Amino acid sequence: MTRGLRLFYVCFILFLLALPIIVVTGISLNEGRSLRFPPEGLSLRWYGALFQEGDWLEPLRHSLIIASCAAALSVAIALPLALYVWSRGNWLGRALHTLGVAPFMLPPVITALGFLVFWVSAGMYGQMLATIISHAIFLVTLPVVTISLGLRSIDMALIEAARTMGASRGQILSGVILPLITPYIISGFAFAFVLSLNEYIVAYMVAGFTVETLPIKIFNSLRYGYTPIMGVVAVLFVALAIIVFGLIGRYGNLPRLMGSDRSGEC
Amino acid sequence: MNGRAVHGTPASGVSEKAVPGWYGLVPAITLAVLFITPFAIMLSVSVAHRVPGGFFEPGFEWTSYERLLSAFFGRILLTSIAISAGAAVICIVLAFPFTVFLAGMRHRVQTLVLVALLAVLSLSEVIIGFSISTLLSRTAGIGNLFAALGLIDGPRSYTPGLFALMTGLCYLAFPYAVLVLYPPVSRLDPELRDAARMMGAGPLRTFFTVTVPLMRAPVLGAAILVFVFTLGAYLLPQVLGRPSHWTLSVHITDQAIFQSNLPFAAAMAIVLLLVALLLVGLTLLLGRESGGRR
Repeated sequence: MTRGLRLFYVCFILFLLALPIIVVTGISLNEGRSLRFPPEGLSLRWYGALFQEGDWLEPLRHSLIIASCAAALSVAIALPLALYVWSRGNWLGRALHTLGVAPFMLPPVITALGFLVFWVSAGMYGQMLATIISHAIFLVTLPVVTISLGLRSIDMALIEAARTMGASRGQILSGVILPLITPYIISGFAFAFVLSLNEYIVAYMVAGFTVETLPIKIFNSLRYGYTPIMGVVAVLFVALAIIVFGLIGRYGNLPRLMGSDRSGEC
Repeated sequence: MNGRAVHGTPASGVSEKAVPGWYGLVPAITLAVLFITPFAIMLSVSVAHRVPGGFFEPGFEWTSYERLLSAFFGRILLTSIAISAGAAVICIVLAFPFTVFLAGMRHRVQTLVLVALLAVLSLSEVIIGFSISTLLSRTAGIGNLFAALGLIDGPRSYTPGLFALMTGLCYLAFPYAVLVLYPPVSRLDPELRDAARMMGAGPLRTFFTVTVPLMRAPVLGAAILVFVFTLGAYLLPQVLGRPSHWTLSVHITDQAIFQSNLPFAAAMAIVLLLVALLLVGLTLLLGRESGGRR
């Protein structure tokens, strides 16, 4: 395996991964209502249509509200959790850590069905608040992982120094620890936001018939008639994900965030 | 995202005093109420009495579990396992060399590839299903391209079918497989490979006699995690496969929403939960074993 062959293999796989996205981008540019690739007549009219047609605007609004509230809430749960787990290695810390990563390890259908019966019992089935809270719990793993990583990279000498200078616990927390982990908190929020935007099964089971999100709308359209707008949503979601992860990669250390130990140099 | 990477208590004394103890209570209560309670309710629903047309009423009966013993359910379980295992094996075989090559690249290139993988991984199953079905369709897909190149007689569709379903599942799980393999592969000591090379082993031989044996446990663990991940696919079998390819996850959704048989859906979900927990537990055990040997 020479260097060139390796590079070819990696590039070829990346090309295969890009292929469906290329075709969908082409489709979103169709002039007519048909889904053709290569597109027949280039036009951006379906991009405008997403923001004008009422039956797509409503899911767009729902998705944005749910994603931002759910991401904020999941950070609010993950931050004290990660701080506690980091500072103490006792049984509660270990249990909390397991609980924090569990939602992501299990098949999502199970979690979704659990939320369905929970909200039916709580009498909140079909409400947007139920979707928001469910997403926050379901995606809590992401900020837990990023914030924990940030905490572990803190140089303990800084905290010791602050204490020697007479800083109180609250001052150390807000003046030393929080500023150091802010980038990790933002990454955690961004991860949760993008995944909530894309999430289908939990949103569908908890309130699929009353609070339609973009993925639910696309799935319904898959059954009752394709339009190029579906391609537009797909393109925008891919673009948003690339921007968010690109920014994290640009200002953070993505290889380290993904668990590589040796990528610190250079 | 890998759970193992998070653990570890770096500073016993220093950090302990930095965080008040009640900080643990807030997430503990939240997760207990909102994550554990749903599972408890689900367990009780699985033995509840089905009310046709409605949700369920409390009760205790084994009816739903008895249905799990039927040949119908056995076939679903076998189909799910065969499809997921097939996808997991294909993904690992493709992802392992990919990850090894990736880990050897420059930091900046690694970041770019990771951005691409994360972007694909974050995509909704709905969007992946739509994109793949478009790619394999008659009017916009590769059938069209093959016809234009003269490889086949006329444009044709490759979806729905087993081929389309496997393509979709591999597309869904490939980035996940790479990201699960990435931490152990990138921590692999490059000096071992250099040593083998210096002793005169060729690159292929080094790969198969040094890299592969060292990575046996992590690769097996990753394969199990990818298997659980594809077992969770709830939408691709519906969009890209035929009804005979419907997996357990699809049937759970179908029973819960369209047949409104929550007790049966809950019973199937409990079975899936047990299978997943068993397999994830096995992975953790594998991870511990390989960690101890090194």
